[in-house]
Amino acid sequence: MYPSLSVIFFTTASGAGYGLLALLGILAPFGVLPADPLFGLVALALALGAITAGLLSSLFHLGQRQRAWRAFSQWRSSWLSREGVAAVATYLPAALFGIGWVFLGTVSKAAGLLAALGAVATVFCTSMIYRSLKPVPRWHNRWVVPNYLALALMSGTLWLVLVLQIFGARPLPAATVPAVIVLAAVLKLAYWRFVDAAPATSTAGSATGLGSMGTVRLFEAPHTSENYLLKEMGFSIARKHAARLRRIAMVLGFGLPFLLSFVPFVAPGGPAVAAAFVAAVLGTVGVFIERWLFFAEARHAVTLYYGASAV
Amino acid sequence: MTGLPAEPSAKRLGLVIDLDICVGCHACAVNCKEWNTGGVAAPLTDLAPYGADPDGVWFNRVHTYEVGEGATGRTVHFPRSCLHCAQPACVTVCPTGASFKRDEDGIVLVDEDLCIGCKLCSWACPYGAREFDEDAGVMKKCTLCIDRIYNETFDPEDRVPACVATCPASARHFGDLGDPDSAVSRLVAEREGFDLMAEMGYAPTNKYLPPRPRRQGAGCTGAPARLAPAAAATPGGLLGWLDRLLSQ
Repeated sequence: MYPSLSVIFFTTASGAGYGLLALLGILAPFGVLPADPLFGLVALALALGAITAGLLSSLFHLGQRQRAWRAFSQWRSSWLSREGVAAVATYLPAALFGIGWVFLGTVSKAAGLLAALGAVATVFCTSMIYRSLKPVPRWHNRWVVPNYLALALMSGTLWLVLVLQIFGARPLPAATVPAVIVLAAVLKLAYWRFVDAAPATSTAGSATGLGSMGTVRLFEAPHTSENYLLKEMGFSIARKHAARLRRIAMVLGFGLPFLLSFVPFVAPGGPAVAAAFVAAVLGTVGVFIERWLFFAEARHAVTLYYGASAV
Repeated sequence: MTGLPAEPSAKRLGLVIDLDICVGCHACAVNCKEWNTGGVAAPLTDLAPYGADPDGVWFNRVHTYEVGEGATGRTVHFPRSCLHCAQPACVTVCPTGASFKRDEDGIVLVDEDLCIGCKLCSWACPYGAREFDEDAGVMKKCTLCIDRIYNETFDPEDRVPACVATCPASARHFGDLGDPDSAVSRLVAEREGFDLMAEMGYAPTNKYLPPRPRRQGAGCTGAPARLAPAAAATPGGLLGWLDRLLSQ
């Protein structure tokens, strides 16, 4: 599948933003985070800024942006529509939560939990868009939803740690951050392990219905140059770098942030702030690479008509 | 609405494509392009049509495959277009309601005025039936020539999709696959027509007929395999006298 930058940026940025928003909505009302209005302003601005930047980026994927509002109408059948509804609906409790925290000095439990619920629901809907697509077996499996949720939680956690460090606030309980990173890494590895070993869902034989007559090989393509189907669904450029990119994503996105999460315990203050910043950036870059691979490595069933033997 | 009709329609219009007969001439693809670039989904935009890498929207594409090995291997021409599935995920994933399946005859269409060009329907289709028109910013697909099949200004025999009308080998058939007694349904039953990628669960309406088994030896016509020499007849009369005279 073509790794469209607008979609990859959207899922990475809004994933981190929703992860952060969910953590703020759950942790702040229970006093785990500082009640300081300035902390609330900075943390919520970061979360909602990332969410909004991601959502705006997703519009660039559309052929007719001015009609984007129509995407809120088909929530009864479409996960994409549900994602849109959930994304917009989450702004309401998030705004109330923010107004209460920043301007009125009350951290509302109800608004916070509703914002967190909306954030989780939105990331869940995003993951279900991919999870529900049968023609892409690397997306249509049980590992996709936990991966999206865990990666949003991880990147949100890394950004929350950074804001806590900047404010010199009490850090999250020890082992929380490394545990979240390990959880996300284990789920990502499990996803890769699963998709590498999964048997083919469809073959050129089943796509053409000619499999019972012998192996089916493309003799002549219908057209001489690439068409939309091959550009969008037949993307395979740089797939040969997949193994190396997986290792890079693992080291940058999970390995280094894991190690950096221990810095506050040995060198609090300046080094801890720097470590938190580097961890947040690296974690996000790692998720970005992982998301690129999620698209670039996915094979679509239509390629069976164009010479692929199995997907 | 992108919800599917609650009850599957009794009438299910579609195509039956005979892979035994198709000669791979691409006439169906060309006539499809010709008709639809002036029809409801017009234009079917071409990008760089005279350049080195022409690209454009087509609703019908003809692939050619080699199947099997050696002496039993054969070439199969394979036209591919929208199958107007009974369970079309391209419709249910649509966030705007632009994609829909008609209640009355099961045809799957795109309302281009509602489409936002998110391309998700093309991801949801395993058959590659939907193509994005970069110029128009919307998705386009086979309409089963809805502007021909119900067109009362046409003679009844012309009220068939352009691909069917033009096929010089009669490899394409159009009809109601929801009616078990229709000509197309009988053809499917008789020739053991099949679904493409049935494992996806999309329940395509269009069916494909398999190539017939190929004969490996000569057929038996009842005539002797070798001609016996004709019996040496001896003519009589004047010719017989001449024959005897010249034979001396």
